[in-house]
Amino acid sequence: MTTFWFIVIAFLWTGYFVLEGFDFGVGALLPLLSRSEAERRQVIGTIGPVWDGNEVWMITAVGAMFAAFPAWYSGLLSSFYLPMFLIVAGLIVRGVGLEWRGKVRPGRERALCDAGIVAGSVLTAFLWGAVFGNLLYDTVLATVIGGLLSLSVAILHGAVFVTLKTTGPVRARARRAALLAAAAAVPVGVVALPSIPASAMDVPNWSASPWLWACAVLAMAALTAGVALVWRRREGWAFTATALSIVLTTATLFGAMWPAPLPGLTLAEAASAPYTLTMLTWIGLIALPAVLVYQGWSYWVFRKRLTVDISSH
Amino acid sequence: MDALDLARWQFGVTTVYHFLFVPLTIGLGAFVAGLQTAWYRTGKDHYLTLTKFFGKLFLINFAMGVVTGIVQEFQFGMNWSEYSTFVGDVFGAPLALESLVAFFLESTFLGLWIFGWNRLPKRLHLAAIWAAAIGSNLSAYFILAANAWMKHPVGYEVVNGRARMTDLWAVLTNPTALAQIPHVVAAAFVVAGGFVLAVSGYRILRERGLGVTGRRTAEPATAGAGDGDGDATIPLRRRTDMWRTSLRGALVMTALAGVVVAGTGDLSGRLLHEQQPMKLAAAEGLTRDTAGAPFSIVPGVEVPNMLSLLAAHDPGATVQGVDDIQRRYEEQFGPADYTPNVPVVFWSFRVMIGFGMATVGLSVLGLWLTRKRRGGQPSGQRGRQRGRRHDSRTGEKRAAAPVPSWFARACVLALPLPMMAIIAGWLLSEIGRQPWTVQGELLTAASVSPGVSLAEVAISLSVFTVLYGVLAVAEAALLVRHVKAGPEQPPTIPDPTLTAADPDAARLTPTLMY
Ligand code: HDD
Ligand code: HEM
Ligand code: HEM
Repeated sequence: MTTFWFIVIAFLWTGYFVLEGFDFGVGALLPLLSRSEAERRQVIGTIGPVWDGNEVWMITAVGAMFAAFPAWYSGLLSSFYLPMFLIVAGLIVRGVGLEWRGKVRPGRERALCDAGIVAGSVLTAFLWGAVFGNLLYDTVLATVIGGLLSLSVAILHGAVFVTLKTTGPVRARARRAALLAAAAAVPVGVVALPSIPASAMDVPNWSASPWLWACAVLAMAALTAGVALVWRRREGWAFTATALSIVLTTATLFGAMWPAPLPGLTLAEAASAPYTLTMLTWIGLIALPAVLVYQGWSYWVFRKRLTVDISSH
Repeated sequence: MDALDLARWQFGVTTVYHFLFVPLTIGLGAFVAGLQTAWYRTGKDHYLTLTKFFGKLFLINFAMGVVTGIVQEFQFGMNWSEYSTFVGDVFGAPLALESLVAFFLESTFLGLWIFGWNRLPKRLHLAAIWAAAIGSNLSAYFILAANAWMKHPVGYEVVNGRARMTDLWAVLTNPTALAQIPHVVAAAFVVAGGFVLAVSGYRILRERGLGVTGRRTAEPATAGAGDGDGDATIPLRRRTDMWRTSLRGALVMTALAGVVVAGTGDLSGRLLHEQQPMKLAAAEGLTRDTAGAPFSIVPGVEVPNMLSLLAAHDPGATVQGVDDIQRRYEEQFGPADYTPNVPVVFWSFRVMIGFGMATVGLSVLGLWLTRKRRGGQPSGQRGRQRGRRHDSRTGEKRAAAPVPSWFARACVLALPLPMMAIIAGWLLSEIGRQPWTVQGELLTAASVSPGVSLAEVAISLSVFTVLYGVLAVAEAALLVRHVKAGPEQPPTIPDPTLTAADPDAARLTPTLMY
């Protein structure tokens, strides 16, 4: 049961990084992809209907950690106090910016909202990687590399998403941005990804199984394939590839953290009682498929590419 | 000053702040859904105009509810790690349920609603706002079940210094929760109703060229002529009628919710008597165990036997007093101070009941003032418009009494009063529970994160305070501006591409929601 819930939590984090990954990328790229208000609206419009739902993946992941592994939840959040604080602050300015930019006066106020979106996206995307990098290695270098990896991959992923969801000059710029982001993401990935399973070798209790190495290598492959597909203008496949590389990276990360998600704390010690886990399982089995269906449906409703002249909103 | 004090301040500040937005999300979401339903059913344009107008105010507020909620979720782990480890088994489950069942529903369907005006069929689009509104109310259910557990822990046992859940059903149907949930949710509807009252009252005054103080600020708007407002193209008669509609809707909502608030408040009082006698004693400032205890409306003005009557529905019942409970707790739990801050709890209780019920009273008065009279003229009204409705069913003339200007002005008070009442309720509830985080099980002092330094909490507390302050000013300014501007112009130019495919879609086209 503990293993099962560990996998569920890894799944929720994976969903979060894949989905909010492109939100962050789109937010970070906002000023680079758009030259006019109409274009900015086009860029924001790609994530407008879905970003809040994507963020709930994190809220659920954290809530599930609280319920299933209270000591992991409280240990992680209290030992990374300042980064967590900055993440929340970043999410605040970003969320408010996204929701308010259409309701404030054009000009200075809207520019302030846009600044919040960019700053919040960059900060948060960087910090998640930094936190996990630090968790694995506890060195400044690892922290920075982790942060750069998550930021650059989010930007790449977001740029590919924009190429997929827009037309016109924005789409062309997004393609160029994706290629530029790849120039950072691929080298960082080559350094960072193998060090995830490698880190597991030094820590008693952690296991660097062949599976982990396989995941790390496949994550690298998916990342490079994504770049190649952007180059060949196969946007749908490119997005699949970048998403897959995020899935595999998260899998490697959580694989490395099994069975001790924090130094000195095993999952068994951190876990809630079997009764609680059983109850949570029933709830999850009923609720999660429903969530996947209606969230999937909402993506389908908004599947059309956005043109500059978005009369719709 | 140590990390514990700052962590407490941070919790208080951020939670109260979160709760400024939450009641509006809960109540206004349902109100907007109601307006849209009315439009769906009747097809009358003014319902659509109102839906969009209040929808926009709702969204401005919603953004703040979301981002401040994330702080709440993280803060348990960041500042209260001992607490989280102790209770996570029990407390985490409703929290996880909240995100899984409520937040996903709310955020996804709200996205569909905002962007779906011309992409979804009318029916589905209406369902989307209802799904979002139901999501908000569900989220209240789960978080309040968690909060009620802190007041009256049930369905658990303590093993190795950690609470272990033994019965989820007991946690979700905790009697304290079943009293508290309708109390808080109904109070949220009072707050939201008060908000709509204030906005509608203000708009009515403005249409008449009056300011909130009753001074004439402009010539009354004349039919069809622009007075600089966005809704100038709607004829004046329809405009005042429109605001009267939203005002009446809010009056009904506030009055009905008021009944629930009072009933469940009474129930909560009786539960306090059984479960949290210290909070009740502090709320009354009662020092000794007293048979036939009186209730003081303000210090010095007492209603004999009233407290006993409220607490136990028996005028002769004995109500425990602060000092005697303190003594008994010392015997039970060992020497320490088990008394909360009595003046704060005492006054919070009075502010909650006084300000909250004043709003409810205002809404009952308003219902009477604006009632429809069959066949008759509204008597003694000095209002400018004699709104007259034609009842299509009976063919009879129905005179809708215009809203008196003095009442419209009073409605503006309905914004701050219930807001203060609901916050005061939380102060009563949370400060009254001190020094416990979990009544009888875990002290606040033992809940705090041991490894977090004073400096860290100081940084986060000060940055949150500044950030929240700035955002509060921005939100207030944004709301005021949108209320002053009034609704956007109603749809005039249909989009030909949409008309062809779906006759309904044309009316849905222009939205500037985002
Ligand atoms: C508009 C707001 C509002 C109004 C008019 C009232 N309340 Fe209230 N009350 C709240 C808003 C509120 C609240 C903020 O929502 C609280 C805080 C915690 C909770 O459960 O609800 C609350 C808590 C609360 C508690 C503490 C429960 C506990 O800590 O376990 C009691 C005993 C009452 N209320 C009783 C009443 C009575 C007898 C009322 C009048 C008839 C009343 N309330 C009106
Ligand atoms: C569920 C919703 C909750 C709400 C709306 C709420 C609200 C409040 C409010 C209004 C205060 C008073 C702030 C002050 O000190 O002036 C407060 C205080 C506090 N609450 Fe809660 N609370 C909730 C749940 C919790 C939970 C789960 C905890 C767990 C740690 C908690 C712990 C505290 C603490 C430690 C204080 C400080 C008390 C003091 O300084 O006297 N509360 N809360
Ligand atoms: C202190 C405990 C609390 C925690 C941990 C908490 C958690 C959260 C979180 C994470 C969000 C953001 C959800 C999103 O992004 O969609 C949120 C918003 C919200 N919360 Fe709270 N909350 C607390 C107190 C309360 C209380 C007491 C209520 C209701 C009575 C409440 C009801 C809501 C509502 C209606 C929203 C806005 C809608 C939304 O954002 O989804 N919360 N809360």
